[in-house]
Amino acid sequence: MANGNKKFMYVNRRAPYGTIYALEGLEVVLIGAAFDQDVSMAFVDDGVYQLKKGQDTGATGMKNFSPAYRALGDYDVTKLYVEKESLDQRGLTADDLLDLTYEDEDDDYAEKPSVRIVSGEELAGILDEQDVIFNF
Amino acid sequence: MKFGILVNEGPYTHQASDTAFKFTEAALQKGHEIVRVFFYHDGVNNGTRLTTPPQDDRNIVNRWSELGAAHDLDLVVCVAAAQRRGIADADEAKRNGKDADNIAPGFRISGLGQLVEAGILADRLMIFGD
Repeated sequence: MANGNKKFMYVNRRAPYGTIYALEGLEVVLIGAAFDQDVSMAFVDDGVYQLKKGQDTGATGMKNFSPAYRALGDYDVTKLYVEKESLDQRGLTADDLLDLTYEDEDDDYAEKPSVRIVSGEELAGILDEQDVIFNF
Repeated sequence: MKFGILVNEGPYTHQASDTAFKFTEAALQKGHEIVRVFFYHDGVNNGTRLTTPPQDDRNIVNRWSELGAAHDLDLVVCVAAAQRRGIADADEAKRNGKDADNIAPGFRISGLGQLVEAGILADRLMIFGD
């Protein structure tokens, strides 16, 4: 294993269902969390639907995997950037998204929100800082 | 430079595998190192030896096997993605109670940790897909 800490960004661009990219992308994030790197996720375009509350896949026969996003905080994946323009274009607001939180071990385990809504311009700056960017 | 290669789409349907192959070949010719080629999503279908394209077309699977043998490449198929799509080596077939395996020569099946590790080890992780 290489030494050194890299900044890993997982960019989610697709709706949670319709293709398998979101599900298999999340699997990479959960496995990757074990590698002790600096991990963040971005949700843009239809990818913002991955974090929508109240997903019901019953009629499709597909597994509703949205509860798995709740585990991210426990895996120290605590930076989930959601692009504001993508929300706006789809008539969504922060209230439509899952209430994802993590316990900040540097702040007496205070519970803090993982979801951060950022502009496309801010997100571009964040992407620019990354060493490894995955697209799903 | 050290490159990691991620192939996210299957052969023939999508050009991503061809482009990844051409990139890998060119990088090797230029003297760069390929730390690993990882096959994910439908990309795992690049690793079945049962692929039989028409004779006047390229054989994408054999091409990876041959390049792998020539340059001692680490061609890794994701186990979870492979199980979903019916790609198995002898061990996987036995473990899952299947009557056959189909992994192509030079490929191996392993976990997603190998992909993340490739991202850590490589100077650049190149991703081929949509």
